[in-house]
Amino acid sequence: MVNMSRRDFVKVTGTGLALATLPGFIRSGFAKDNPGDNPYAFYFQRFGIDEDMVSKVMAEALHYGGDYCDLFFQNKLSNSIRLQDNIVNSASTNVSLGVGIRVLKGNQTGYSFTEDISLASMKAAARTAASIASGAPKAAPQTFNATKLMNYYDTSVSWEDVGVKEKVEMLQAINDDVFKEDPRVVKSSVSFSDSENYILVANSEGGLSTDYQPMLRISVGCTAEEDGRRENNYFDYSARDDIRFLTPERLKRLPKEAVARTVKLFEATTPQAGEIPVVLAAGSSGILLHEAIGHGMEADFNRQGISVFSEMINKKVAEPFVNIVDNGMNPNVRGSINVDDEGVPSQETMLVEDGILRSYLHDRITAKHYGVETTGSGRRESFKHYPMPRMRNTYMTNGPHTFDEMIASVDYGIVAEQFTNGQVNIGPGDFTFYVKAGHLIEGGKITAPIKDVNIIGNGPEVLGRITMVANDMKMAEGGWTCGKNGQGVPVSMGLPSVLVSAITVGGRG
Amino acid sequence: MEKNVYLDLGYWAQKKAKEAGADETGIGINQSRSVEVDFRDGKVENLKESTQQSLWIDIHSKGKFSSHSTNDLRKSSLEKFIPNAVDLTAFLEKDDFRTLTPPELYEGQHTVDIDINDPAQVAVTAEERLNRAKELGALLEGRDERIISIASGFYDSHSESYLLMSNGFEGHNESTSFTHGASVSMQGEGDKKPEGWKYYRAHHLEDLVSAEETAAEALLRTQDRLGAKKVPSEQLPLLLENANAARLLYYLLGPMRASYIQQKRSFLEGKKGEQIAADVLSVIDDPTVVRGLGSKYYDGDGIAAKVRPVISNGVLDDYFVDVYYGNKMGWQPNGGGTSNLIIKPGTRSGQEIEAALDKGILVTNWLGGNANSTTGDYSLGVAGWLIENGKRVQPITEMNISGNYSDLLMNLVEVGNDPYVHSSFRTPTLLFDKVSFSGS
Repeated sequence: MVNMSRRDFVKVTGTGLALATLPGFIRSGFAKDNPGDNPYAFYFQRFGIDEDMVSKVMAEALHYGGDYCDLFFQNKLSNSIRLQDNIVNSASTNVSLGVGIRVLKGNQTGYSFTEDISLASMKAAARTAASIASGAPKAAPQTFNATKLMNYYDTSVSWEDVGVKEKVEMLQAINDDVFKEDPRVVKSSVSFSDSENYILVANSEGGLSTDYQPMLRISVGCTAEEDGRRENNYFDYSARDDIRFLTPERLKRLPKEAVARTVKLFEATTPQAGEIPVVLAAGSSGILLHEAIGHGMEADFNRQGISVFSEMINKKVAEPFVNIVDNGMNPNVRGSINVDDEGVPSQETMLVEDGILRSYLHDRITAKHYGVETTGSGRRESFKHYPMPRMRNTYMTNGPHTFDEMIASVDYGIVAEQFTNGQVNIGPGDFTFYVKAGHLIEGGKITAPIKDVNIIGNGPEVLGRITMVANDMKMAEGGWTCGKNGQGVPVSMGLPSVLVSAITVGGRG
Repeated sequence: MEKNVYLDLGYWAQKKAKEAGADETGIGINQSRSVEVDFRDGKVENLKESTQQSLWIDIHSKGKFSSHSTNDLRKSSLEKFIPNAVDLTAFLEKDDFRTLTPPELYEGQHTVDIDINDPAQVAVTAEERLNRAKELGALLEGRDERIISIASGFYDSHSESYLLMSNGFEGHNESTSFTHGASVSMQGEGDKKPEGWKYYRAHHLEDLVSAEETAAEALLRTQDRLGAKKVPSEQLPLLLENANAARLLYYLLGPMRASYIQQKRSFLEGKKGEQIAADVLSVIDDPTVVRGLGSKYYDGDGIAAKVRPVISNGVLDDYFVDVYYGNKMGWQPNGGGTSNLIIKPGTRSGQEIEAALDKGILVTNWLGGNANSTTGDYSLGVAGWLIENGKRVQPITEMNISGNYSDLLMNLVEVGNDPYVHSSFRTPTLLFDKVSFSGS
């Protein structure tokens, strides 16, 4: 597995700077790290487990005759560091370690977890999860076969080996640039966070997968003053990547964008309230897809019959130039995963193909229900949660139109460019997303900036009202986290410029 | 672990941090055990049981600060974790405003027995949990032929936390929580499947609103959504149902914090002692409510929680000031957060206010949106009912309200006498005039 060679590139800095602190047994495993022939030895060593232990815990989990069980081992190390009022004055670290044990009986889930990875604790948790079933014991596998995986976030530097000093200097340089950028800036804050997530998933069918999931997010916020008015805005990047992501170009662009987005708001107005045409600018406008269709295509809602899309598979939902995918394989993109949290290799799933609704996003339970293969969409927030069908990177592919054509076709409308949040009610399909910034379109031309308007629409209706799709597809750059049933997972989204012929925009009465 | 085991661990960690070079520490240890039972259409869907624990430590060392947390509470692990945390702090920059809470603020905790730990929780059996979740769902079966699916659940937990400040504070908090409720989906027009739900939470099992009433509300809140559509954009009175009024007011809490003001991100800067709302609005923060969902003895800084006015007859009494931003602003810290926010009730019930309304929109659900803390601008999605001549004439959805909080609060014309007690923000029905609704 590609991840295993990662350590070959890393030299131990020996400075004592490692931000993330590891439980002792894990740290001691690193020095003589030699995976040898066993591709998952590194992870067994990390968690202090072996095949025999996993097998024994599974036997306990299947004690009451569950159809299936899986164990999800996780060790996540997170760091953050923040600059405020010109000094790098706080940092935090978090260590999370544990195993979640899931037992399935038909569509039913028994779940328990423990933070103590000892055989006794794991067996006790397994017995709790086992109680979802009530039959005779089933046998657990004795040996496990590693699932072959691709690596979509090849990294060479561990976040553990990036020193605090280096981060402090980086934040200070960005802060200096923020103030140099515009004299109207009165406050600046810069925060940087990184994490490394080590997972091992073993299941009662003898499958075993491991993954090393890095992540970074860097965010710059500022407040500016002009004529007694204040505005605040921000810009951020997030990626499944290592320190090499933070190129000089990106580090220069962060403060520039943050300031430009803030001072532009001084000129911003509010559009007239009502149903008007909206051009969604390429990039993070993909939030439209996430809310308008993505959630409604998660198969658990459809299995339950409660999604607005429940009876629409193979039906026309949009113009033939509309193609929408959910993909876990985009290199270094925030929502990418080499393997899902049920141990299934990452995939690309066609949600809408040539305007026709094609496939739901499946996890193991829903795939079995529908008699199809899982789409590798079973994700969870942590070992404390059971997996559910979730999105990864949801985006629309390029279409035949151009951005200029769209603008020219609109008499009064808006271009939506920056977003902060969105949500959807799965059943009726009503969704919203909040436009932090954009522009008015008047008489076929882009005019004044706008700010702070909520857009509200109905998923299937809005898909049907996509009348143009341009050829300038871009992925979102910032850090999006999707929440569902109390679980947050990192995702991304993307969109070429798109024209929606009419949608309700909040604004002046 | 027993109480003294956690306390001992906390003091041990405090000592380890000092040995490693920390001048002062704040340490928290949390432990909780929870069970979740979900039913769907008569069958168990999920059954989840868990116990978790964590330790966090704030390190103050030579004027520098950092914060760390872990769920690996073995001493052998903490023995490495804590010195590393102290070492790391040395690489940050000095910040003279970062201090522990001044010890005098620990004094004077109220003596009301807030009664937030239900001793009956330990006696709740696995079977009872299953039955409660199942019965709540069963109460809805066959109640409406348009029902597609019914989800019901029962969730309970027991939590303990300890807070140790190295300058002389030791706090212990123990509480239980019970939640039950149901979500209902129905077949609406075309492919639309409106959903409605009702969940209630309480510290004591006996305080949960009955399963019958909860189920009936979940059903009604779903039936209410059938045939909902947007109506034309118009400036109208906004009648806000008590159970959902808090969402609108939560956006005020950020701008009332010292951190927002110090960072120049608050539209309420300089408004202390000024009229920020119509004089019908008075709000107090009361940590002493018996069994209140926000009741407490001390806050996260260890500051003794006290009853205090927040807004009196529309005048902003004070900001929420934590220790750090209090130091930066030169203000006396009063606790950075809230406990139970209680709005002084008016004279009429929500029903009476509704019956007297010529035309307006009753909001019963929120649909996303956001607000700008720096300017006070808001734009929020809403659903509910169009009211004409005191009657609910059309269920509405897919509409937005937009404006600025400074105007909205001054346009508050009436406060109901019906505070919603199943929340730490006890809001009655609220009536605002002249709100911009956008729809078709």
